[in-house]
Order: sequence, then structure tokens, then C-alpha cells
Amino acid sequence: MDIIVPIKQVPETSKVRMDPNTGVMIREGVESIINPLDLYAIEAALQLAEGCGGRTTALSMGPAKAEAAVREAIAMGCTEGVLLSHRSFAGSDTWATSFALSLAIRKRGAFDLILCGERATDGDTGQVGPGIAAWLGLPVVTYVSRILECGPRAVVVRRMIEEGYETLEAELPCVLTVVKEAAYPRLPTLRGKQRARAATVPVWGPEDIGAPAESLGLKGSPTRVVKVESPSLARHGDVRTPKDPAELERAVDGIVDYLERLGLT
Amino acid sequence: MKETAALPAAASGVWVFAEQRAGIVQPISHELLARGRRLADARGAPLTSVLLGPAGDDGLREMIRRGADRVLHVADPALQDFLPEPYSAVTAHLVRERRPDIFIAGATTTGRTLMPLLAVLCHAGLTADCTQLEIDPATGELLQIRPAIGGNIMATIRTPLCRPQMATVRPRSMKPAPPDPGRAGEIERLTVPPELLRSRVRRVAFEPADDEGGGIQKAEVVVAAGRGLKKGANFDLVRRLARALNAGVGASRDAVDRGWIGYPHQVGLSGKTISPRLYFCAGISGSVQHLAGIKTAEHIIAVNLNPDAQIFKVADYGVVADLFELLPLLTEKLEARKKSARAPGTEGSG
Ligand SMILES: Cc1cc2nc3c(=O)[nH]c(=O)nc-3n(C[C@H](O)[C@H](O)[C@H](O)COP(=O)(O)OP(=O)(O)OC[C@H]3O[C@@H](n4cnc5c(N)ncnc54)[C@H](O)[C@@H]3O)c2cc1C
Repeated sequence: MDIIVPIKQVPETSKVRMDPNTGVMIREGVESIINPLDLYAIEAALQLAEGCGGRTTALSMGPAKAEAAVREAIAMGCTEGVLLSHRSFAGSDTWATSFALSLAIRKRGAFDLILCGERATDGDTGQVGPGIAAWLGLPVVTYVSRILECGPRAVVVRRMIEEGYETLEAELPCVLTVVKEAAYPRLPTLRGKQRARAATVPVWGPEDIGAPAESLGLKGSPTRVVKVESPSLARHGDVRTPKDPAELERAVDGIVDYLERLGLT
Repeated sequence: MKETAALPAAASGVWVFAEQRAGIVQPISHELLARGRRLADARGAPLTSVLLGPAGDDGLREMIRRGADRVLHVADPALQDFLPEPYSAVTAHLVRERRPDIFIAGATTTGRTLMPLLAVLCHAGLTADCTQLEIDPATGELLQIRPAIGGNIMATIRTPLCRPQMATVRPRSMKPAPPDPGRAGEIERLTVPPELLRSRVRRVAFEPADDEGGGIQKAEVVVAAGRGLKKGANFDLVRRLARALNAGVGASRDAVDRGWIGYPHQVGLSGKTISPRLYFCAGISGSVQHLAGIKTAEHIIAVNLNPDAQIFKVADYGVVADLFELLPLLTEKLEARKKSARAPGTEGSG
């Protein structure tokens, strides 16, 4: 079983702060981490590979410092890692990102499975996984909550949808995007960290993957961000602190009134 | 497989991707039609609704009553359930043939899977999970507005050169228009080449959601609880209140990770993003990751023992109280109101 896990380095959301005057995100001092939802994909890949003696490759696209994310994936247990990094990739939207990743996956050679996180916590699109599948002409299953059976020719998975869970069988090779329920990510071990430090992480640019310049980065991206603003989050709520049962009763009546104003009672 | 971009000038019309389950046209379709109608009017263009899979005539006509000028219906039974390959192949085929200028779908598990496939197949730009769509009066372009970074920013995105301009739209971010029985429109039934219907993914089984959890993205009201509930059995308090309000049941990750309730109920960064009319939560502290899931809730009511809990910063109405006292009291009051509201004639039947 040969598994590729595309991962993204993102700012740690709980630390993201907005400048209240300019509405711009303050990135200084904000740690970069592996997209938390990608950790589920890494874990699911490791479990599959351990089960049948396979190989797992973490693949990331991003600035040079994203190498840290690839090394962390190796520390968790991935066999190897590759980083796609070059200034011409900068500003890629999901279309251009999935294109570049698909070329890198082609270049790397044969594989059985591509396992992605459902979405990244910064961009929040969930479009790169299916995008990779479309570029490679592969079947895809999204919102996978459990991998029930795997290989050699097919996977059987549970998919979480609005109405419940579907069980689907997909031919290999294919692309799966997983949700939190799929796996509980392990922590890197000391030995893993040593291995990660010693590992060579090849850095590929556009020539390495044979990417035409006009399909990369901002130039290759169909969408443009034209404006970013930070909405005011604080609501000027009415917070009651009842001191005795009578006050509690009044506070509860306040809720009932509120519901009534919304027409919900 | 890739097609070169259609010239913007050659593209016209606004399309929405309607969804059916077991032949029933889903409410998200009507929300999209309300949104699509506004865009189509601003562009002076017709509004087309695309529906794949079997559906009754009345469901198709209802889409016309709700704003569609045309319904494109591909009824093939192979399209009964959402499968990425046939769905994307058929929609790509229709897009190439008819070249819409704008194509929107719901930010549902179906829409968020189909549209990125279509964007690559048709070389189109795509924006995920928009909460607002507008037509730029100067250029006629679609302005796609969406929250990002856990709802901390709102980004406006456009697609200058590629067509169609595509977006998925967050469920419940727009009210459906009331049906207008007098509206005229055309239903066009299409067949497609059989090779478009092939799928390497097969649906083997389906297990419906146990209870109120599956539909929290569609629910008008969501009642949620977290670690403050102390144990799983106490979710009964929450379920009872939810029943009184006809609400879905949500939970913090903490409650889900403790096994108190299933993952489909989880609200937040690693769970679901929801936009209910009202979010009511008790015993949830309001972590950044939890708040990421409720930034677009219209109204928030919070109950927490700790007056400094972050949740009160985003609540419209808050009560610093013990949920074990407050929830039963509130539920009783709501149940009592329901009973007294019932007409006298309907009582005493047993
Ligand atoms: C990558 C990542 C992703 C995450 N994704 C999510 C996500 O999707 N959703 C999510 O919810 N969290 C998520 N989290 C976890 C998040 O950081 C918090 O740990 C979690 O939201 C806390 O849940 P809670 O509010 O139920 O628990 P706590 O923070 O422990 O809060 C419990 C609250 O209950 C109150 N309370 C206690 N007893 C009572 C009582 N008797 N009556 C009233 N109030 C009472 C307390 O005052 C407290 O405020 C994520 C974290 C990470 C790192």
C-alpha cells in the first residue's frame, strides 16, 4: 500500500488575533502548525500502512518554512516527505494548488491512495482534495468518517452526510478526504523526531514537476481576493446574573420573551 | 480533460444546482433559487435550475414557482444518489454545452464535493461556503463573500476571466422565496450519453442519522451543550429542551470526545459550521474553535456558570446560572406554553 498525504501548514487559529484598528490579521508570533484536520489523514494513513506494510509520503506546498510541517509528519511516522516550494507557487487558489499537487503526485510515481484532511482551518474551502482527484482523473470520496476495509483493489468507507452515514466502495487508486472521526492522531515519538531531523526532504519547484508557469500561483488562479475585512464579532448582549430563585425565574422569562420575539415558542 | 476557458462574453445565465433526496427536492434548492433570482435580475439574465436524479413533477414545478425560468432535469436512475463521477461528468457536459455565466450550489456535502470537481473539469473559479453573493454594478461580475480563518475575516472574491463564476453557498444563509403559483417556466428533460454515468464509487449501504444530530446545518434552532453537562446521560435535559423548541441538538468537541454524543452533533472548527436562526448553548465555554462554527448564527443565547466565559462575548442574551437549574425550568415553561396554546377542542381525545 503506497499512500500520499497532502498536508498544509496553517497558522494556529486559537492564536490568531486581529488588529482592532486596521482589521488585519496579526501574524507575528503566531505559530505555524500542520492543519489540525490533516492530522486525521496522517493518522489514518499510518494505520493503513502499518496494517499491511505500506509506505506513506507527506506532501506539502508552501513557503520554505513549511518544511517543518513535512518533518513533523515524518516524526509522526510517515516514511518520507516532499515539499513543493517556489515563489511562482505563491498566491495559488485551490484550482492552482490542486493542479501543482497533482503534478507532484504524478512525478512521484505509482500509488494506491491519496488521503487528505477534509479542509484546512485557515482557507476553510475543502476544495483541494476533490481538485486533486479531478486533475488525476481518480474517484473520490469526501467526508470519510471511517475506513472499513482497504485493498488490494478497493476501499470500503463510511461517509458522513447530512442525513446519516453512507457506506461506499471505491476502486483504487482513489482520493479520500477524512473528518475527525476517522482517526485519533498520535503524537510524534522521540525516535520519530530523530528520524525526522535526519530525513532529507526534497524541495521541488515548477521545473521539477513540469508545471507551465501560466497555470501556477496568482497567474494560474481563476479567483482573486479583492477585499478582506474583519467583521465585528462582539455582540452587545444582555447578560443576567440572577442572585436568587426569583431572579433566575425572571432571567428564564427573559429567554422565553426572546424566543417569543423570534416567533419560536 | 481540461477545457480552455470560455470567453466571458460567450457565457450567460445564472444556474443553481438543486438537490434531491429519494426524489424529493431539498429545501437548499429553494434557498439557492431565491439567491439566484436576485443575481439573475441584477444581470438581466434567466435563472436555470439543474436537478440530477429522479424527482416528481410537482417538485420540478415548485422550483419554477420559487423563481426558476427553466429546469434542466436529468432523471437517469444512475443519478439517484450523489456519486462524484457521474454528477461531475453530467454537470460538466451541461456547462460546456450551454455556458452559464454563474453557477452556484449549496455548501452541503454534495455541493462541496461536486463543485471543486466541476471547477477543474471546466477550468472555472470557485469560492467555498459563501454567505453573501452580489453583482458588481460596475462590471457585472459576481462578488463572492465568505468568512475565512475561523470566521475571523470576511473575504470578497471575484473571478475575472474564467466562466462560469462558481460558488457554494452556506445553507440557511438566505430565506427561500415563497412560491408564486402564477410563475411560468419551462421544464426540459434531458438524457445524457451513458459513458457519463460511469462510477468507480459504489453506494453499498445507507444508515440514517440516529436523531436530531444529522440535520444541525439545516435546523432553524440548535440547542447545544458541552462539558458543563458533566455526563452523557444529562443530554436528556438538552434533548427535552430541543423537542420543546423543535430544534436540532449540538455539542462542543469536549462533549463529543467524551463519548456523550455522536460526532455528527459537533459544532466548530473540526465539526460543523452552522447558521441557525437561534443557537442556544449551555455549559460551553466558547473557545475560539467552538465559536468558529457559530459565527453566522443569527441569535445566540448562552447559559454558563462562569460570568467570564468567552461565550458571553458573542451572546445576544446570556444567563450566568447553573444549567441543571435553568434548563428544566425553561423547558417546563416552554412545554406549558405549548399546551396552553393548543385549541381546547383538540384536547381530551384520550
Ligand atoms: C484543532 C482543534 C480543533 C477543535 N475543534 C473544536 C470544535 O470543532 N468544536 C469545539 O467545540 N471545540 C473544538 N476544539 C476544542 C476547544 O478548544 C475546547 O476545548 C472545547 O470547545 C471546550 O468544550 P466545552 O466548552 O464544552 O468545555 P469547557 O471549555 O471545559 O467549558 C465547559 C463550560 O461549562 C461551564 N459549566 C460547568 N458547569 C456548569 C453548570 N452546572 N452550568 C452551567 N455551566 C457550567 C463552565 O463554566 C465552562 O465554561 C478544538 C480544539 C483544537 C485544538
